[in-house]
Amino acid sequence: MFSILRSIWLTFIHMFHKRVTVEYPEKKNYLPPRHRGRIVLTRDPDNQERCVGCYLCAVACPVDCISLQATEDENGRRSAEFFRINFSRCILCGYCEEACPTDAIQLIPDFEMAEYNRQNLVYEKEDLLIDGQGKYPGYNFFKHAGVDAGVKAKGEGIDEEKPVDIKKLMP
Amino acid sequence: MMAKIFIDDKPYEVDGSKNLLETALSIGLNLPYFCWHPAMHSVGACRQCAIIKYKDDDDKKGKLVMACMEPVADNLHISIEAPEAHAFRAGNVEALMTNHPHDCPVCDEGGECHLQDMTVMTGHNERRYCYTKRTHNNQYLGPFVNHEMNRCIQCYRCVRFYKDYAGGKDLDVFAAHNDVYFGRQEEGVLESEFSGNLVEVCPTGVFTDKTLKKHYTRKWDLTNAPSVCHQCSLGCNIIASERYGTIRRVLSRFNGDVNGYFLCDRGRFGYEYINSKNRIITPARLVNGSFAAITAGDAVQEIKAIINTENNTIGIGSPKASMESNFLLRELVGPANFYAGVPAREGKLIRQVIAILDNGKVKTPSLSEAKTYDAVFILGEDLTNTAPMLALSLRQAAKNEPNEIARAVKIPDWNDAATREAVQGATGPFFIAAAHDTKLDDIATGIYHASPDQIAGFGNAVAGNINRQLNFVAADAEIEKLSDTISAALLAAKKPLIVAGTSLYNEAIVQAAANIAYALKDRGKDAGLIYILPEANSIGSALLADQYLEDAFAQASPKEAKSVIILENDLYQRMDKTATDTFLQYFTNVISLDYLENATTRNSTLLLPAGTFAEADGTIISNEGRAQRFYQVHVPKNDVRSSWKWLAELMAAYDSSPINLDAVIDRLTAAFPALQAIQYVAPSAGFREDTQKIPRSPQRYSGRTAINADMHVSEPRPPADPDSALSYTMEGYVGIPPPALTPFYWSPGWNSAQAINKYQIEVGGELHGGNPGKRLFEPDPNSKAAYFNSTPSACSPKEGQYMVLPLYHIFGSDELSAQSPAVAERVPQPYIALNDSDAGKAGIVEGAIIEILLSGNKKWLPVKLKMGLPQGTAGLPKGLQETAGIIYPFYTTIKIAGND
Amino acid sequence: MIDILLHIALVIGIMLGLVMIAAGLIWLERRTLALWQDRYGPNRTGLFGTLQVVADMIKIFFKEDWIPPFADKKIFVVAPAILMISILLSFAVVPFTPLIGVVNLNIGLLFFLGMSSFGAYSIVLAGWSSNNKYSLIGAVRAASQMISYEVFMGLSLMGVVMLSGSFNMRDIVLAQQGRWFFIPQFLGFIIFFIAGIAETRRLPFDIPEAESELVAGYHSEYSGMKFGMFFVGEYLGITLISAMTTTLFLGGWLGPAFLPPIFWFLIKMFAFILFFILLRASLPRPRSDQLMALGWKVLFPLSMLNVLVTGALVLYFKL
Repeated sequence: MFSILRSIWLTFIHMFHKRVTVEYPEKKNYLPPRHRGRIVLTRDPDNQERCVGCYLCAVACPVDCISLQATEDENGRRSAEFFRINFSRCILCGYCEEACPTDAIQLIPDFEMAEYNRQNLVYEKEDLLIDGQGKYPGYNFFKHAGVDAGVKAKGEGIDEEKPVDIKKLMP
Repeated sequence: MMAKIFIDDKPYEVDGSKNLLETALSIGLNLPYFCWHPAMHSVGACRQCAIIKYKDDDDKKGKLVMACMEPVADNLHISIEAPEAHAFRAGNVEALMTNHPHDCPVCDEGGECHLQDMTVMTGHNERRYCYTKRTHNNQYLGPFVNHEMNRCIQCYRCVRFYKDYAGGKDLDVFAAHNDVYFGRQEEGVLESEFSGNLVEVCPTGVFTDKTLKKHYTRKWDLTNAPSVCHQCSLGCNIIASERYGTIRRVLSRFNGDVNGYFLCDRGRFGYEYINSKNRIITPARLVNGSFAAITAGDAVQEIKAIINTENNTIGIGSPKASMESNFLLRELVGPANFYAGVPAREGKLIRQVIAILDNGKVKTPSLSEAKTYDAVFILGEDLTNTAPMLALSLRQAAKNEPNEIARAVKIPDWNDAATREAVQGATGPFFIAAAHDTKLDDIATGIYHASPDQIAGFGNAVAGNINRQLNFVAADAEIEKLSDTISAALLAAKKPLIVAGTSLYNEAIVQAAANIAYALKDRGKDAGLIYILPEANSIGSALLADQYLEDAFAQASPKEAKSVIILENDLYQRMDKTATDTFLQYFTNVISLDYLENATTRNSTLLLPAGTFAEADGTIISNEGRAQRFYQVHVPKNDVRSSWKWLAELMAAYDSSPINLDAVIDRLTAAFPALQAIQYVAPSAGFREDTQKIPRSPQRYSGRTAINADMHVSEPRPPADPDSALSYTMEGYVGIPPPALTPFYWSPGWNSAQAINKYQIEVGGELHGGNPGKRLFEPDPNSKAAYFNSTPSACSPKEGQYMVLPLYHIFGSDELSAQSPAVAERVPQPYIALNDSDAGKAGIVEGAIIEILLSGNKKWLPVKLKMGLPQGTAGLPKGLQETAGIIYPFYTTIKIAGND
Repeated sequence: MIDILLHIALVIGIMLGLVMIAAGLIWLERRTLALWQDRYGPNRTGLFGTLQVVADMIKIFFKEDWIPPFADKKIFVVAPAILMISILLSFAVVPFTPLIGVVNLNIGLLFFLGMSSFGAYSIVLAGWSSNNKYSLIGAVRAASQMISYEVFMGLSLMGVVMLSGSFNMRDIVLAQQGRWFFIPQFLGFIIFFIAGIAETRRLPFDIPEAESELVAGYHSEYSGMKFGMFFVGEYLGITLISAMTTTLFLGGWLGPAFLPPIFWFLIKMFAFILFFILLRASLPRPRSDQLMALGWKVLFPLSMLNVLVTGALVLYFKL
């Protein structure tokens, strides 16, 4: 009984507390770099597209809003032929970033994407691709991978030995 | 022999003739493995399937053994879960991973990789080895298979399949220890017709599908359908897969009675014509010499008007089209106006084969059962090119007799390495009588090359040897000697198998093969008889019509006929160009239902886009008389649809209610009670598993809310499928569906094709629910089939003329698969093949250009000297664009070009 | 004649005024709730967000007025109207000032009690006709809650009736000159107020709606203006209970003469309304069985006791 009255009283005196609301469009909060907002596709240190079209972001996406097609250039380097994110479905959960093995897909601290027309929320690869490395500088997947995709020859990668000469006679 | 074993203290009743790995997998336990394969058995190379085996009940320590190399024994105690075994398996994977590259994101195997699955299964999840990785250079292996040797884990499955199982000669192992290399001696196209199976056999991404690589999609994103290969008459079961409206790949669909685990390269890589730019995708009408697209509704109305105003529309069926399509065309135009879409010579031959199958005197074994025969006699077929998967089966059959050596020293059948060591490459009785050398010659114990009629005569001589009452005599002493050998070997065998076919268009060969089989049967042998037919539904379409193209051509006259409907058939491939031109010119309306532009569609006035096996449902009947259902993979965003759907729309009777596949089949079986079995080939459209449809896509299918977002941000409703119990989405029953409706293989923890283990009652054996397909012809013990008495005249080469025989090419002789870019790279240039002594006499050398008369027209072709082609015969590659419309065999003259 | 017209004008005026107040309460509640929760509430539409109500009205009028195909259509449509009618009719007996009031009924208090019972039909019919399990559970809860609390809502007022010797609301107000009834009838006042909260299904007694359990309870299936009627009905209910408490216990329009009587009435009434909102901001919802236990085991005996003691004292002192 007393606790009920006390709750009422405590609630009542909140009238004189400072309000916590930040009046958003006039005032803007600081967003940390790892805030999960708009999704971008980044480039590697050599300014090439990082995305190798592995489809892991698409399969990780709980709302299935990422769709892409992988393609290969004449060197055998994989990239996305098209890459589409339907932001009208995206829930900014960041699973795609988590799944990305090449640090290509990243969520950035920008959430102001409202549109009057829902169709404008469908972002294609040219809308997503940025000119920098984003949050994770320095990584170039093809220097670590075993394939020769025009970035490094066989055996030239990080932690790789020279290719085996299979016709040598030494054991 | 059953045995009781204890796995982790749980008792199981198991088959005593198996090894422990097979046994554990059959029970449904998860035990990792790499080198073992249910079709290739154990060699114990990868050390992955380690388990603990205990001496007896009291033994608490046990010892580590490889499950795949240990036989089941009664009262045996083993442990899969023991910490030592677990640690050993994890350590083994960790060791394999030291050199495995960081490739998964760009590796085509990713997501269906046996190595990934096994790594997860063993629990190895962190790389501790921080030193360098060994690397290898890759090789170009042709248009089908991609090579990425860095990923290799040295399980030896590839060479064991390629060399030991499929008889390939050009893939081998090089170097030693950590540097072991699997590849060719030097870069080049893999010669084997079964190289595509390396993609499925390799547990990781060393060998991957190059056609898939061009439009790569992960397994989880594919929409699949259970389908049946349409590229030859064997009816191998396949899984065809789609993404973004194009067909991405074909995989083998396990059917223990047909193709088992494997597929030939034509079947696997010949699908790309479906995505061709030459596809007819919209109905079109000929206006002033060019085609103008019209709407489906207009097209149907127009054709209906044409059919209704005349009552003598004729229909031409097709051995490529399904039973349903052929049947509805027959209904639409009336049986009297319906013609089988093949020349009379071929059609009558097929009906002869059907008659022999139907009388049931000897059994026609399935493709898979053919592996169990221990003596083989092939008459007149180049199997590697006309029925590749049968050639693969017969390679296994050739091992049966020598394998008795191993059995005699108590080596179990599953112990592959020991069996091969005991056998030392010996082959069993295997005889080939053919018009030229074939790729099976390397395992043959007797070869006879002759002209078609001589082959038939030789076959009859063998039959006469077996059944002395038959009045056949050998042509000469040499033949008599060989026929004695063959008949003795066939009689000595437990299960002799006779293989023949229609490829030489010789009725006498077909009858001679039957004579041999009958004779063996009458001597009490469990004989088998297999016939190879020209096309996927040759039997089925022949069952529906007994009038042929010649009849249609003869019947047509400018006064009579006004319209013709041609079903999935390029008449110019089958009949002479001039005759076909004349025939088509008689008609005011030539209505073609076809997939690809071809000479016939170019000479048509109305086109309807027909669905290939990827866009159509239907039933086809394979060479053994097995009716099998294939299902549509996806609903294309154009007017392409099953031919029978177009025909149903054209039929007035179907105006009122929409018609589905089941309704067509009901009508078909009502009209042809002998085909009743077609109804039971697969569950009907109303079938539900747990009240749900069976999804064509895996649970993890991605991008559903983005795929169509470029067109419109609102997602469209997924298409409905009124024709089958499959749905076009990922939603529906999760679990193991009936085998005829299995669109893909997946089981928790098993993402690779090896998930098939979970779909089989016993690994490598029958599927849960039985192998799909229904056989129309079964052996009849009371059959009173009579011997054929046609004694063919020994072919005497006509003076100054050559008898031209068709030469078959796995890549090229089928006009559709030849239009797939990858297969097209392997299609030979047109040539004429000559016997080397004939050529020597005429002073012709290899590569010389020769002038040949082809149905009155001069053609110039380069010469190839074909070993084994009999004197007085020449060969032309069948089915190439340059050699279309020839009816074989024919006589012609040749001369060196320019020497007039 | 002119009398009748004037009277009709007065009736319409009171009705419009009440509906305006109820609509305004939506804004008031959201702002004051925000105030107690350290927020702003609606502050973007118009001055201090006052036009929010207008915006909400426009929205609610343009929403699809959807009747579920499985619902009992006639009853589904009638139910929200019953609620509005019963509450608006109750106001007929409320004397806002000596001059402003619809009727001067000598059984005014009984009329009010009857009308508030009538409101229960609306809720039960709405839940039943929706043909939906959540709606039905909400309706069943509402029925048990409203019928139970009606019993001692009536009993708690008997003290007031004994003290004033009349069921006529004006008589009751006039009997409070010099001494408002909440002093002698403090127990009755508390019981009546608690019962009032339960009757209007306001927090913390919003068990029939219980959005965390029942979606939205009896009005789960309602949308558009039909939902709007339930929504406005709720605020009319708050206003009614506040007005009744003012009339019965706080001397109605009575007050020092420096303000006109209507102001005194409105000040007292709004104080109660704000208290309603404060309760919503501070108290959690009890379980259904706890609510019934409180009613039957505590409030019911107390109200009986109140009647007995008041009656005894009235008899003893011959008041």
